[in-house]
Amino acid sequence: MEALNIFIKSAFIDNMVFAYFLGMCSFLAVSKKVSTGLGLGAAVIFVLTMTVPINWCLQEFVLKEGALTWISPSFETIDLTFLSFIMFIAIIAAMVQLVEMIIEKFSPSLYGSLGIFLPLIAVNCAILGASLFMVQRDYTIIEATAYGSGSGFGWFLAIIALAAIREKLKYSHIPNGLKGLGITMILTGLMGIAFKSFIGIVL
Amino acid sequence: MSTETLEQPIVKEPAEPLLSKRRKKFITDPLNDDNPVTIQVLGICSALAVTVKMQPTLVMSVAVVFVIVFSNMIISLIRNLIPSRVRIIVQLAIIATLVTLVSEVLKAYLFDMYKVLGAFVGLIITNCIVMGRLEAFAMANKAYDSVLDGLGSGFGYAWIILAVAFARELFGSGTVFDIPVYDTLYSISGGIIDIQTNGLMVDSIGAFMVLGIIIWVQRTKNGYVEH
Repeated sequence: MEALNIFIKSAFIDNMVFAYFLGMCSFLAVSKKVSTGLGLGAAVIFVLTMTVPINWCLQEFVLKEGALTWISPSFETIDLTFLSFIMFIAIIAAMVQLVEMIIEKFSPSLYGSLGIFLPLIAVNCAILGASLFMVQRDYTIIEATAYGSGSGFGWFLAIIALAAIREKLKYSHIPNGLKGLGITMILTGLMGIAFKSFIGIVL
Repeated sequence: MSTETLEQPIVKEPAEPLLSKRRKKFITDPLNDDNPVTIQVLGICSALAVTVKMQPTLVMSVAVVFVIVFSNMIISLIRNLIPSRVRIIVQLAIIATLVTLVSEVLKAYLFDMYKVLGAFVGLIITNCIVMGRLEAFAMANKAYDSVLDGLGSGFGYAWIILAVAFARELFGSGTVFDIPVYDTLYSISGGIIDIQTNGLMVDSIGAFMVLGIIIWVQRTKNGYVEH
């Protein structure tokens, strides 16, 4: 039950895009068409659901102070948390490589349309951010999995909503300087107001 | 478009001055015409997340400039040794090392700032500007040029996030660098100028709006149009 609450909370109330501004680069760049948005969103869900629990294990059994006691009790005072950035990003980069290989194999058209943004999932702040927030919040492994998939789902919803609006936006008359990124930022702000309505819901 | 002329040939002679015209462009271009945030759409996440107050924003910009300059330099020095298949991992490892350094220094000397910035120091690793400059510039250029390019991109990023932070702090909290502006105006004018702070600016939504407007103004001035 607790896990379900965390899933809903991280997808709607603490949405990665609207509450923490994470993963904005690819969010803004790949949201021109709904179909590409769908593909990238699904890849992000997958990567997040995999990396957060793996990084949780890493944190719990290798990096945390006293985490190495399962090897020998004399390692009780070793604190490797300063290595967490490098370890987390290495896991993420490896997972992204895996996803890239899977998509290339099973859906070459999606692979072509995602292009450069597939390897860029590795530097999508939402992925690393979720791992770092997971450490701050002291989740158990089930909660961490729920948090990862919930965050991914929230990001997925956000990119599809924005892509749908931007497809319609092509037909509207926008001042030249505001075209593209400018109007998208303001749109994202307005969508953020909508997501704000979830605040105050206690689960 | 067919009348486009080739850019000037690569300067070969060794006696190129330290700040030749070509090298000055590395620094001045990203400040305006080729700004990493407003034109290239990179590094938006942290541009929005840390800009509630001026002070953390300043610390963040210094940290990012440091990371960009040094990662550019290191990658440029070893660029001929990196096999292209594993370059992303190598780049990430170098960026992550530098960011760990920054984060440990902050933890030791500026612990208050470290707590305010929190996870966002770690997220410099995934700041697309750093990665983008490594891929686009440092992998193909000499070390000194790469340092200049890093400085340019870093400052281009810094002035945009400082501008966003200035607007958000002034309108949202009525202060600049924690110096009360609205309260001073109120007491100087004897209660005539009484401006209310705008809660929207402190919130994430304000950041999107402010950045959207800055982009609008900047692109209108540059004449840059996205299609």
